Amino acid sequence: MRIRTKGQGQELAMLLPALIFITALIVVPFLLSVWFSFTDQRLVPRPIPTKIIGTTNYERMFADPLFWQAIGNTVLFALIVTPVQLAMSLGAALVLNSAIPFRGFFRSVAILPLLLPMTVIVSIWAVLFRIPSGPFNAIYQWFAGSGNYVDFLGNPSTAMLAIVALSAWATFPYQMLIYLAGLQDIPQDLYEAARLDGAKSWQRFRYITWPGLRNVNIFLLIITTVGALKLFTQVDILTKGGPNGATTTIIHYLFKQGYATQKIGYASAVAVFFFLAVTAIALLQRRVLKNEGEA
Amino acid sequence: MMRIPRDAILPALFALVLALGVLLPLLMMVTISLNPNEQDIMVSMGSVRSFIPHAISLQNYIEVWTDPVHPFGRYLANTAFITFSTLLLSILFNSMAAFVLAQGTLPIRKPVMILILATLAVPGESLVLPQLMMAGWLGQVDTYQVQIVPGVANAMSIFLFYQFFARLPKELIEAARIDGFSFFQIYRHVAMPLSKPVISAIAVLQFLEIWNAYLWPVMVTRGPEFRPLSVAMSAYFGTNQAAWGNIMAFAVSMAVPVVLFFLILQRQFIASVMSSGVKG
Repeated sequence: MRIRTKGQGQELAMLLPALIFITALIVVPFLLSVWFSFTDQRLVPRPIPTKIIGTTNYERMFADPLFWQAIGNTVLFALIVTPVQLAMSLGAALVLNSAIPFRGFFRSVAILPLLLPMTVIVSIWAVLFRIPSGPFNAIYQWFAGSGNYVDFLGNPSTAMLAIVALSAWATFPYQMLIYLAGLQDIPQDLYEAARLDGAKSWQRFRYITWPGLRNVNIFLLIITTVGALKLFTQVDILTKGGPNGATTTIIHYLFKQGYATQKIGYASAVAVFFFLAVTAIALLQRRVLKNEGEA
Repeated sequence: MMRIPRDAILPALFALVLALGVLLPLLMMVTISLNPNEQDIMVSMGSVRSFIPHAISLQNYIEVWTDPVHPFGRYLANTAFITFSTLLLSILFNSMAAFVLAQGTLPIRKPVMILILATLAVPGESLVLPQLMMAGWLGQVDTYQVQIVPGVANAMSIFLFYQFFARLPKELIEAARIDGFSFFQIYRHVAMPLSKPVISAIAVLQFLEIWNAYLWPVMVTRGPEFRPLSVAMSAYFGTNQAAWGNIMAFAVSMAVPVVLFFLILQRQFIASVMSSGVKG
């Protein structure tokens, strides 16, 4: 009994540090943020004490057109970037999984964007998008004639698409590596059998590869969507949410209201909404995709 | 000449396009960074010349490294210190906790495990404002610890360690116990030496996450003293919009150490991303 107690004391000592960190840095802030969302909490203490204001923050939030614009932009970004990025990464994985020469070299090159800090990627793409004569505009001028240019980041109708392109380029290697792992899990003898039966490469993809990647697809669809909902860095550095709010995302809105404008109570309502939305979307996707697979 | 099998021609062409799509922007970054003539950079931006190094000078680099307003060396040291401290503490504390949860006898293991799984669902972005308030109450804004400590609380890391430790053979743990090892000694001398693949997977992923962190450091740093590279890069980019040569030199200086580090560890890097994905 003595030994056991001593062992458990050791166990407690080993468990406590992580438990304290998780509690103090995730659980407590989470509860605080729910609490703040019902108060008029400010970032810097004021002479007037903070008071509970019920659901006023939520009412204001739902009445703010910029909030709805931020939601619309975030959803639009996720809806475009997710399929684009998954298609890009699956294509890259298929290519880098086939018997091409210098495969190792090509794989190393393809993972480079994942290693670059987003701030670096943003500065490179700022040059690519430059007006009037950055590389993309130079290509545009081939078709549209010299003197014409597109202000990719300054035009509300192209700014979000520009951020989609940048973001897909920046993180596709992550999904690509996971697709590569998925491809390697598909038994090779299925392909040999199909080849013997005379299946064309498209048919092998359609009937072996695609079904074989089912779980990988579900996993990637969820993490790519959830990742897209957190869009912030690119927007903050490149467009500051503009032009005319065209690239304001939920996190950028939260950041502006909470940090720049210091309205912690109000921004906490946005944070709570964000948490609920992300959880709901992830659960919904998982459920829909699981059911579809079983049917 | 190398012979390419017929059904590899199309994939090889696609691979080439893919490689160009990745390399051309990077080549442009390097070319511009080596060009000391801002006028020439502007003129060549819309032509093929912006991708071919035609002026080779380290002037932009020297300017970036010796800029008194933006001390590059200080930023680099800050980022390195923050990243390695976070990693060290995170791996130590999270693996210990995971070992207790997977192999221990404490009765509170179940509720703790449920708590940890629940926190996995909370996006870090929704916690930054209350964390900022707490840092303010404790007088910890603009320090190293405010950038290190939040990264140590990592439920995903506990979860990945837990999955590994739960699968350790029972006989192994039993044998160590019979040999008179205490619980901590089993963790230290049996479990940890076996978990090198998990440690490297977690280390690699967390390394990139912390090295590239932006939202939290923007909020908690005020000046160059404790500021990491990512925030400095964005500030530099914002205030020197006309100096593309210098901005690109800053970008290259920031990217090269990380890229080299990971290309050397390429095999482990790929393995860790893959395993993190499959285990999810």
